[in-house]
Amino acid sequence: MKKVLGFCVVLGGAFCASLPAQDAKKEIQRYRQMVAEGSPAELFEVEGEALWKKPQGPNKVSLEKCDLGGGPGVLKGAYARLPRYFKDADRVMDLETRLLHCAVTLQGRRREEAAARVFGSADRPSEMESLSAYIAAQSRGMKMAPGLSHPKEKEAYAMGRALYFHRTGAWDFSCASCHGEEGKRIRMQDLPVLYKPEHARPVVSTWPAYRVSTSQFITLQWRMNNCYQQMRMPEPDFGSDTTVALILFLTATGKGEPYRGPGTKR
Amino acid sequence: MKRIFLVAVLVAPSALADPTPQDVQKLMQRDFHARGQAGMDRVVQDGLQRLCTESRDNPPAGAAKAIEADQMKTIVLPEGSLMGDWKRGESIAQNGRGLQWTDKPGDAAGGSCYNCHQLSPQEASFGTLGPSLRQFGKLRGNGPEIQRYVYGKIYNAKAYNLCSQMPRLGLSGTLSAEQIKDLVALLLDADSPVNQ
Repeated sequence: MKKVLGFCVVLGGAFCASLPAQDAKKEIQRYRQMVAEGSPAELFEVEGEALWKKPQGPNKVSLEKCDLGGGPGVLKGAYARLPRYFKDADRVMDLETRLLHCAVTLQGRRREEAAARVFGSADRPSEMESLSAYIAAQSRGMKMAPGLSHPKEKEAYAMGRALYFHRTGAWDFSCASCHGEEGKRIRMQDLPVLYKPEHARPVVSTWPAYRVSTSQFITLQWRMNNCYQQMRMPEPDFGSDTTVALILFLTATGKGEPYRGPGTKR
Repeated sequence: MKRIFLVAVLVAPSALADPTPQDVQKLMQRDFHARGQAGMDRVVQDGLQRLCTESRDNPPAGAAKAIEADQMKTIVLPEGSLMGDWKRGESIAQNGRGLQWTDKPGDAAGGSCYNCHQLSPQEASFGTLGPSLRQFGKLRGNGPEIQRYVYGKIYNAKAYNLCSQMPRLGLSGTLSAEQIKDLVALLLDADSPVNQ
């Protein structure tokens, strides 16, 4: 009996159909915890480190001098303080937008080339995904503290909040159409109410993440893109003010939570 | 007088005004691009979307009534019976595709019903954003009046509840009249699993 129970725990309850729904949920949580201790995200972190140090583009330099907010090449705690305002670009940027900026300004790459394949596949992750894993991992244990003091940061936050409640598209959705009320779900997927701090905190502290169901590493830029696809909207530009404003609004709502990603998602 | 004016100018910008729906739309028109069947016309709000955004889905009663009446006029009931085939209705309710930039234009879309509603007891994976529709017809009968209501509600949910989160599945071109009739049968036919 004990052995059978252990088997259930190891497989995360997937083969224990007799478990009631509540127990199954607990089992999934336990499985997540186990996976978090030896996460597949580490593989992406290793790949990301190699990419960070690899000379690329016409200038044949690496990204090691890229300033993510704490000074050129400073990675420790950088992710926890994004998005934020960057004086050299005179705009608010999230991690991926900043990485693209560095690929252009440091490595001399064309923006179109560097952004041609920002979302990867299970077989072949994108540069952006691996780099995000590597950089985010170096903020573990640090409190999420995006920039909220510069006028452009305040402006982006207010725009992010307005975007969250803006109803549009072929199906009249806003973000709040799905993420607006507590205790709701789509099919079996629970929906966090992301304008509430208690819901936003566990979310923003675990992105970017490895997604088990598709064997892909996914980033917040991907999340915004995929939500707008499901909202039956046209596609937001990668790194646009719209996507950065939303990411800032969500991160600011969950601020103060210690970062414990890259996480694992369903 | 001049000094007072200066002080006012210095203080005013610190009170950052919230962006209006017009500001948000302008930004989206700059930041989005058409892809596949998802064109940029979708970024332009209609009056209903604008009013629901401005009021956070709590529109003033008078304005809501007027636009609801306009929405009601969009509903075109097909001739003859509104009850299609509940079996086809079930697969339309299961299907969550359609109108996305990844969907092939011309392919029949689904209604995404199970994303938000409980329907047949056999399907345990249902969402809860909308009310449960279990035994919908068993509780309400399936006469001509309820058929017209169900058809109209699926065609344009906003005619009945202006800021409802349910898409206008007929008006938006997501579902055809035949498909909506199949969904009417799924909800109302006495043989449909919904009513077991």
